[in-house]
Amino acid sequence: MACRHRSSTTTLARLAKPARLSPRLTTQPQVQSQVASAVRCFSSSRPSQLKETRCQQGKFTSETYPELKRDPRYGQVTKEHVDYFKGLLGTESAVIDGVTNENATDDIEPFNSDWMRKYRGHCKLVLKPSSTEEVSKILKYCNDNKLAVVPQGGNTGLVGGSVPVFDEIVLNMGRMNNIIEFDEVSGILTVEAGAILEVVDQFLASKGYIFPLDLGAKGSCHIGGNLSTNAGGLRLLRYGSLHGTTLGIEAVLPDGTVVDDLCKLRKNNTGYDIKQLFIGSEGTIGVITKAVIQCPQRPKAQNVALFGLESYEAAQQAFREAKGHLSEILSAFELMDGSSQALVRQVTKKNSPLEGEYPFYCLIETSGSNSDHDGEKLQTFLEDVMEKGIVVDGTLAQDETQVKALWSFREGIPEVLSHLGGVYKYDVSIPLPEMYQLVEDTKARVEEAGLLGDTDEHPVRAVVGYGHMGDANLHLNVSTRRYDERVEKVLEPFVYEWISKRQGSISAEHGLGLAKKKYIGYSRTPTMVGLMKQLKDLYDPNAILNPYKYI
Amino acid sequence: MKIGEVLREAGECQLVVHLSIESTHPHPTLFPRYHKTMSALRILVPVKRVIDYAVKPRVNKAQTGVETAGVKHSMNPFDELSVEESVRIREGKKTPVEDICVISAGPTKAQDILRTAMAMGADRAIHVETKEGEDLEPLGVAKLLKAAAEQNKSNLVILGKQSIDDDAGQTGQMLAGLLGWAQATQASKVEFTGGDSVQVTREVDGGVETLKAKLPMVITTDLRLNEPRYASLPNIMKAKKKPLEKKTLADYGITAEKRLKTIKVTEPPPRQGGGKVEDVDGLVSKLKELGAL
Repeated sequence: MACRHRSSTTTLARLAKPARLSPRLTTQPQVQSQVASAVRCFSSSRPSQLKETRCQQGKFTSETYPELKRDPRYGQVTKEHVDYFKGLLGTESAVIDGVTNENATDDIEPFNSDWMRKYRGHCKLVLKPSSTEEVSKILKYCNDNKLAVVPQGGNTGLVGGSVPVFDEIVLNMGRMNNIIEFDEVSGILTVEAGAILEVVDQFLASKGYIFPLDLGAKGSCHIGGNLSTNAGGLRLLRYGSLHGTTLGIEAVLPDGTVVDDLCKLRKNNTGYDIKQLFIGSEGTIGVITKAVIQCPQRPKAQNVALFGLESYEAAQQAFREAKGHLSEILSAFELMDGSSQALVRQVTKKNSPLEGEYPFYCLIETSGSNSDHDGEKLQTFLEDVMEKGIVVDGTLAQDETQVKALWSFREGIPEVLSHLGGVYKYDVSIPLPEMYQLVEDTKARVEEAGLLGDTDEHPVRAVVGYGHMGDANLHLNVSTRRYDERVEKVLEPFVYEWISKRQGSISAEHGLGLAKKKYIGYSRTPTMVGLMKQLKDLYDPNAILNPYKYI
Repeated sequence: MKIGEVLREAGECQLVVHLSIESTHPHPTLFPRYHKTMSALRILVPVKRVIDYAVKPRVNKAQTGVETAGVKHSMNPFDELSVEESVRIREGKKTPVEDICVISAGPTKAQDILRTAMAMGADRAIHVETKEGEDLEPLGVAKLLKAAAEQNKSNLVILGKQSIDDDAGQTGQMLAGLLGWAQATQASKVEFTGGDSVQVTREVDGGVETLKAKLPMVITTDLRLNEPRYASLPNIMKAKKKPLEKKTLADYGITAEKRLKTIKVTEPPPRQGGGKVEDVDGLVSKLKELGAL
């Protein structure tokens, strides 16, 4: 099968670039894989690469947000504290000590900043517990000594929720990465919080199952982090949110209490469903240490189609038809606008799969157990939407290579935008009928202010929209040429107000963290925020967990 | 067939071989119309249904072959290039193309890839149904294609240089031999230079080689020939209505006799995985244990 490899690399190359390539074809597939691994779920409200110099120098979060002040309630980490933790955790590698050892700064740096280097804390101590008991003892000690703690998973978030602001201790869960139990009959998985999503999914694949969540950062992100941020991702349309697929949780409260709710039952109506509080609360009331997840059967057959549409109304109609025709096998319905696709083509130099250009594109994926049955359903659906004139043109992936290639036109958008320069990203949820209107209104507003244009004197290159249409989740991205204060003024709080007026959410799948701390009021009433504060005070009276963030 | 002229341009490392084949035209009676000046191409494009190249093949338990049941199949990637090239020759309008016929021998499912080929632009298809266990060897395929080329009055056969399942890479050459036609293998560029003349560029170590031959001929495709298109939805719909002829091996006087015997199929030995150590001390002791220190 020597040639299978050769042909495979070449087919990849073919998709990436039709031009002449070296006979060995070693570089192109890498380019392709980078595009394929583009992160779908990351976004934030602040421009990612606008202040390049700042990124390189690694400006501290405390400098970027001068209004944040270190809370004097919290104790300073001393040698005595470090000694306690060293004694508790035993092995050298479980404690990265920058308090007594000044040479450890480089080792601590990765825990102090997020992967986009937008946030950087002053943490001097990283703890890596290997058991729930250790987590409990660490938290109890911190609570007693009023030491602030930031729980950290794979550190792939984009709203700055998993990195310290000042000198909080980082509680990294990476060593708790065991798969504890898997029931091959029911598909119920028990796993430790620090397990990496992709590793877990590969384990499940060998058993014929699938993790109900998938996202671009799967190679680094932890299950615990996924749960505490209630990550959305690619499979939400099909398998629902983690609030539904999580059957049980084990978590540790700030006072060291272990909340053992590792329930392996789908049905359990016995009082308050406390575990839901830990899902999506971003590590502010407890640290998740284990989880029980209901995993669905891995689909055997997948099909992908791409459509070109003339209007957003047509896209909505196509979505309705897709639900009607494909119901149980529909696993993704993604929307991309024409300008986002133009940028993807411009940067990747890939030819469009469709001949003409359209203002809207939709990507549809089906997952099922029988490729013949699915193919038939998809054919009927395609014929129907073509006949009715909802879809003008489209294509159906004929093989796995084309499946990946079509996905790359959707998944490559965030990467392409980052490549072009700074991006203001908004990850929002708006009722479907008005969803795309936000992009149009934003565009009109930026245009009116004279900031949008094709030439260099305009700071804004493009206003694009794309997202998980199936979940009414839109990514509004404003691609800029350089940092310009006027752009931010035009966009904020305009976007948040716009969303608030339509009862939308200012953060659909990425959480609030530090980035959207100020804006929670646009999506939650004072009463709701008040209730959250009450819970926070109840479970974390000393406020040692993940301080300075949204709550 | 006699070689007219060999020209070597050292500077560009280009070898130009002009093949002249008029004097011994193999089947003058078959192509009377095309004898003086080329009028229209009738292209035959053989395609094969193989395990999708993105799928990792697994050896079956009996070690007699790879597992095919429940595994995604698609068109052999080299054959996609052949279909694409045929359609581009037509679209290029340099030479009139009268017919693009795709042919596949295989199980009923092979019709899926024939429809795909028609969605990409082929005019019609022939499906030669083979039964379970009736696998053809390259020579058998070449004989079948010879019969098909003659029956369909083809004057150009464009086929993949190999299929990614068997990797034999023999069919095209055997076919040219059986037909007595000119052959240009591993084409990276195909040009019609007027009349019956076809110029084919092939990549060789350290440069390119340019061949010139006259129709009828056999061309096998290599990876850099073109970038196959996506089948558009309207064309996928249209392809459903294009003619698909069903045939059997017997229709072409072929039997699936075996000349080759597969003794054993095994996977390459698995890579020895590495281990993780907890800390520097662990690393040092591990290195000592392995005798590296």
